[in-house]
Amino acid sequence: MLQDDTRSEVSLRINGVDRTVGVDNRATLLDTLREGLGLTGAKKGCDHGQCGACTVLLDGRRVNSCLQLAVAADGGEVVTIEGVAGLEGGGDLHALQRAFLEHDALQCGYCTPGQICSALGAMAEAERGWPSHVTGDTSAGVAGAASLDAYEVRERMSGNICRCGAYGGIVAAVLEVAEADGGRS
Amino acid sequence: MRPFAYERAEDPAEAAALVAERPDAAFLAGGTNLVDLMKLGVAGPGTLVDVRRLGYDRVEHRDDGGVLIGATVKNSELAGDPGIRRRFPALSRAILAGASGQLRSAATTAGNLLQRTRCVYFQDVTKPCNKREPGSGCPAIGGSHRDLAVLGTSDHCVATYPGDMAVALAALDALVHVRGLDGEARALPLEDLYVLPGDTPHRETVLERGDLITGVELPAAPAGAAMHYRKVRDRWSYAFALVSVAAVLRTAGDGTIDEVRLALGGVAPRPWRARTAESELIGKLPTPENVQAAMGAELAGARPLPDNAFKLDLATDLVGAVLRDLTEPEEDR
Ligand SMILES: Cc1cc2nc3c(=O)[nH]c(=O)nc-3n(C[C@H](O)[C@H](O)[C@H](O)COP(=O)(O)OP(=O)(O)OC[C@H]3O[C@@H](n4cnc5c(N)ncnc54)[C@H](O)[C@@H]3O)c2cc1C
Ligand code: SF4
Ligand code: FES
Ligand code: FES
Repeated sequence: MLQDDTRSEVSLRINGVDRTVGVDNRATLLDTLREGLGLTGAKKGCDHGQCGACTVLLDGRRVNSCLQLAVAADGGEVVTIEGVAGLEGGGDLHALQRAFLEHDALQCGYCTPGQICSALGAMAEAERGWPSHVTGDTSAGVAGAASLDAYEVRERMSGNICRCGAYGGIVAAVLEVAEADGGRS
Repeated sequence: MRPFAYERAEDPAEAAALVAERPDAAFLAGGTNLVDLMKLGVAGPGTLVDVRRLGYDRVEHRDDGGVLIGATVKNSELAGDPGIRRRFPALSRAILAGASGQLRSAATTAGNLLQRTRCVYFQDVTKPCNKREPGSGCPAIGGSHRDLAVLGTSDHCVATYPGDMAVALAALDALVHVRGLDGEARALPLEDLYVLPGDTPHRETVLERGDLITGVELPAAPAGAAMHYRKVRDRWSYAFALVSVAAVLRTAGDGTIDEVRLALGGVAPRPWRARTAESELIGKLPTPENVQAAMGAELAGARPLPDNAFKLDLATDLVGAVLRDLTEPEEDR
């Protein structure tokens, strides 16, 4: 029931399921996921685009869900940490989640959902050949996610802060999955 | 945050009409600056008119080597575009030097151009600030101004334009395409989009209410020229520029400078085209002494403050380094 023009009904496909929810236009995608839809995987660190804890995939691209308005995402397709295993068509965990466990890529785990969604976005960008700031030849770009080194992964993941400093493990986990198959699985 | 209505415009006429009807309406693109400022209470539009479905989402390369970049093209798509990487690598580099992967995949061309200053007082509604609240004063001048401007400032405001992309665009002689409320299209040089603070620091651009940026046009890069973008910041990644430099350079057979375009970021209220330094350098070798002299002339009118005077030497050194990058192959350095 929409009382006035400051509220909206928003339809999103979230982790493969169609959901419709009434929102105050001021609600961010992050707050809508966490409070309106019970998907508390994406975390709120700074609420200002500075930490990356809220990173989700929106229409296949990684975004800070704290700076996206839910109403503006209407009609979009969202993947949160709750849905990444489903990207591989079942199984309990995505290869990247398993790699995070194997490489001790977390301590408190608060940044982890954002790290994983961000890494999936970053690998997809590399698969398109997109260079980063540290790519030597901007014009040539990179030859897929499998070609990334630790230096590249660190730069591409710099939008995700880890207060526990688990960066070593995070980079190792991303590299392992990127090298395996470009992160597509 | 103030409650607001949300409208998703389907064509530019509708977007303009929506803004015309509502004086406190604002355009929404990627939202990465505007939504942030709304949360902080710095911005409080009564209506958001979403421009992302207006069809300005393509990068069109022309046969003459120029390009028209749509206003709503994502920063990540633009930096990744193969034609941009090949013809205008400094533009890709500038975009990739800014923000983070996830911010760039939401941010748009026009939104990036119009991002507001990161001056801490501007972002804090409990503090005075002439830009946010005309006449309230400028605490930055006697306070925290290390990151702020040394060129083009006034006694009323010393804010910096914080962006990277526009600095490269300034060096590339970009034109900004604007559609007025009446549907009239016009194009202006990127440098003319921004106005210096003077005694009206709340006015940052020449845009009038309802003016919609539809795209950015780049003429072909000069034949035989090389280009580069470098940024100095407090940490290796994910930080705003202290100083940045975009350069386009062509040298003659004897190494003297035929054509040079220099734009500085992080030092002024707008991307700063260093035209004085450019004309000083024409016909000369890009030696450290010549760069020093040219930048000395460029910065003669600078108004450094105690904590940001370091930017003058930094800008000079960075211009020298970028010109060296463009003239000396890496193995010779
Ligand atoms: C943590 C953080 C770090 C950052 N670091 C950097 C950095 O290092 N370098 C850098 O350059 N930037 C940086 N940014 C800023 C970022 O680049 C901008 O927020 C982004 O480019 C804005 O684009 P947007 O599409 O999201 O704009 P929005 O936030 O949607 O809009 C910005 C402004 O543009 C107006 N607008 C949008 N589209 C149009 C149009 N078509 N016509 C007229 N007006 C329009 C809006 O009304 C608004 O006033 C950073 C941001 C954050 C949050
Ligand atoms: S420098 Fe400009 S933006 Fe910063 S406090 Fe002074 S008036 Fe405000
Ligand atoms: S909560 Fe969104 S970036 Fe920190
Ligand atoms: S694991 Fe604790 S913040 Fe990253």
